[in-house]
Amino acid sequence: MKLRATTEGRLTQFALIAIALAFLGFFLLLPLVAVFSEALKQGAGAFIAAIETPDAWAAIKLTLMIAAISVPLNVVFGIAASWAITKFSFPGKSLLITLIDLPFSVSPVVSGLIFVLLFGANGLFGAWLQAHDLKIIFAVPGIVLATVFITFPFVARELIPLMMEQGKDDEEAALSLGANGWQTFWHVTLPNIRWGLLYGVLLCNARAMGEFGAVSVVSGHIRGETNTMPLHVEILYNEYDFVGAFAVASLLACLALVTLVAKSVLEWRFDLHSGASH
Amino acid sequence: MSTTTLSPPRAARRWRKPSVLPGFGLTFGFTLGWLSLIVLIPIAAIFLKAAGMGWSHFLEVGFSSRALSAYRLSFGTAAAAGLVNAVFGLLVAWVLVRYVFPGKAIISALVDLPFALPTAVAGIALTALYAPNGWVGQFLDPLGIKVAFTPLGITIALVFIGLPFVVRSVEPVLADLGKDVEEAAATLGATRSQTFLRVIFPAIAPALLTGFAMAFARGVGEYGSVIFISGNMPGKTEIAPLLIVTQLEQYAYEGATAIAVVMMLVSFTILLGINAVQAAGRKRMGA
Amino acid sequence: MIKVQNITKRFGDYAALHGIDLEIEDGEFIALLGPSGSGKTTLLRIIAGLEFQDSGEVFFNGDDVSTKKVADRQVGFVFQQYALFRHMTVAENVAFGLTVKKRRDRPSKAAIKERAEELLRLVQLEGLGQRYPGQLSGGQRQRVALARALAIEPKLLLLDEPFGALDAKVRKDLRRWLRDLHKQMGLTSIFVTHDQEEALELADRVVVMDHGKIEQIGTPEEIYMNPATPFVSHFVGETNRIAGNDGEIHFRPHDVDVVTEGGEAVLVDNVFRKGGWWRVEGVLAEAGLVVEFDVDAGFPQPSPGDTILIRPRRSRLFNPEKD
Repeated sequence: MKLRATTEGRLTQFALIAIALAFLGFFLLLPLVAVFSEALKQGAGAFIAAIETPDAWAAIKLTLMIAAISVPLNVVFGIAASWAITKFSFPGKSLLITLIDLPFSVSPVVSGLIFVLLFGANGLFGAWLQAHDLKIIFAVPGIVLATVFITFPFVARELIPLMMEQGKDDEEAALSLGANGWQTFWHVTLPNIRWGLLYGVLLCNARAMGEFGAVSVVSGHIRGETNTMPLHVEILYNEYDFVGAFAVASLLACLALVTLVAKSVLEWRFDLHSGASH
Repeated sequence: MSTTTLSPPRAARRWRKPSVLPGFGLTFGFTLGWLSLIVLIPIAAIFLKAAGMGWSHFLEVGFSSRALSAYRLSFGTAAAAGLVNAVFGLLVAWVLVRYVFPGKAIISALVDLPFALPTAVAGIALTALYAPNGWVGQFLDPLGIKVAFTPLGITIALVFIGLPFVVRSVEPVLADLGKDVEEAAATLGATRSQTFLRVIFPAIAPALLTGFAMAFARGVGEYGSVIFISGNMPGKTEIAPLLIVTQLEQYAYEGATAIAVVMMLVSFTILLGINAVQAAGRKRMGA
Repeated sequence: MIKVQNITKRFGDYAALHGIDLEIEDGEFIALLGPSGSGKTTLLRIIAGLEFQDSGEVFFNGDDVSTKKVADRQVGFVFQQYALFRHMTVAENVAFGLTVKKRRDRPSKAAIKERAEELLRLVQLEGLGQRYPGQLSGGQRQRVALARALAIEPKLLLLDEPFGALDAKVRKDLRRWLRDLHKQMGLTSIFVTHDQEEALELADRVVVMDHGKIEQIGTPEEIYMNPATPFVSHFVGETNRIAGNDGEIHFRPHDVDVVTEGGEAVLVDNVFRKGGWWRVEGVLAEAGLVVEFDVDAGFPQPSPGDTILIRPRRSRLFNPEKD
């Protein structure tokens, strides 16, 4: 037996690993297994039938559409914000970073509520919207707004530390070689940040597709119209259609697993640290 | 010809240091505009709405007995879950950083599951597990332990949601903490537990506190994973976010606003606290 | 010709440069030498257009380029850490400056490829064009950075601590190679260094800087033999400093004769071999000051405890009131 000054004995190590694994297995793995097992409880036929309903399809399409709108918006914002923040020095920078992170500290329900208060029937702009026959709350625009709010910091907070670390040398080199601003960004900056950007997009997308609280407040739960996948799960569950609920939930769980795998690959391959991301 | 040529970029933007890189005006302007439009103005609107209610009315609906018991439940369960996570999150981080065991990479990836799994999915899965006839519930029920539809169930959901916050804040600090300080402690005659308590723990305490605070803040606001398992009985298992939704459904906008403002003030205070802890930590470490 | 006129630059409260004047002839190889914080890199970056001066002008061949963007100044800049584009091959790095030219100025693809290969030959990296920067050694990366800078046919080549990131052996080889390359190409070049040996060995003229000011401009010979200020005398080469009646007396360790009479007595502390010399460290008996000097190794080796009489062969007097 080897004695080591700065590590625990094998038995202690084994016990600590066992406790940690038991905890993770119980709190993380078991719920995940439950989703798939409940979904397939009555066989693959029932599973497929549950997903093939028109309402489920509508929910899937809406969810994809919401992500397809809000993720690119966050990408553009994230790149612009991190360019301004990391490539220039100006006073008030740390305040700006804090403000960008603000949506993380707001409850999802409150995130939905603020848009109801602005654009709902009794909201600040409610009368004006009604007069112009525009609908935001209980309609797709409201869901997009709430999703963009919830996922607001994802891309920016991934890019800011990365670009801070990379500095400005590469951009200066490109400019000194005659490149203009866009060429510098396109040929030098973007390739430098592409994996970090992809990482941010992954997390942003997972949250955009999976958001429940904020979307629930603004959507109005109109089946086939303003029902996203997580909301559809809730409706089916409350109607005691457990197989249906878990079938749709298992699709979302697959999305989560794909996200985790892709995220881990990016972390190993490109040495991106996950940090305390949300 | 004038003898002092001011280059134009500097003259135009005195308040920031000049740079050869282009695009500051565009990106900064867009950042500020989009931030205001999506985040700042909507958040300001809710405070404006609350201010318009009048102080006594705000207190009346924001601190009604139903609201108070919702706060107690939300903050209490979030604190309990945060504590559980502080203990087990530290253990998980320790095991992941220090030990080698098969499947470690998968376990490490699994820790982020609560970030990736939609909350509603987690909610129904936990309910299925802990309902009296569920996988876990059927063993607990005969023992008289009720999980689903009790504060205990809410706590379990919040443990699920909060775990990665603790693990991911402690992990890098633990990994950064060089073996050499432990070796130094050992050469000075410290036992392993003395080394942990007096050398390692103080070094990771700020990160642990940050992780706890983030898990707590998230737990207080959490909705999707909780509402299925909580049972939602007013005054008993009704969390504050759910109370907001209930008020909204009854068109009680002022009640919803008042409760939201109280929760936001608490969240922002926690956020400021985290920043202060981190700033103090950085200052002390001389980084 | 490059002319720098009365350049001033502040970073917040810190004055990085004050009133810098400098003229550089075509084809010259200039070293900006100084300790860190002397402003040498800031001056180089202002000439390149990577930093903006607060006042003063920079002229390239009589044209005021003070308001010209870096992209339009046509300077080749070699960064301290090279700033190679990691996602591009070596050949793509070298060709970058040509591929970003406006369509009407851009050479054909074949011509760009040809030019990149030619440059890689010039920096002796033939056949490595398809590698990535991460697969090269430090010295090779340095040469890629140089080839990339040369691709745009710069009027002026600027190098920021070109050998700073290399180990001693590679540094020496590259130094010689760079000097030959400069001779061969005749391109006006300015490099920044904190290493006096590098400056004296490579440059036609050396600009010694300290605290944002130019202390002296001159050939390596002038700088070494006739330092204009106490700072230059102390910073470039080894110097003994002794307080005299009229100011500070400076003399080099190798400018010392051992005499049998009429010199200053030195009590020897320590002796070691330094190439073909004995380096003697001792204390001036009268003044109690520490001095170092060299004794030809043909002499018998002095021992600690000996007393030796010395007389500086050459010395310089610096009067603080006059300077």
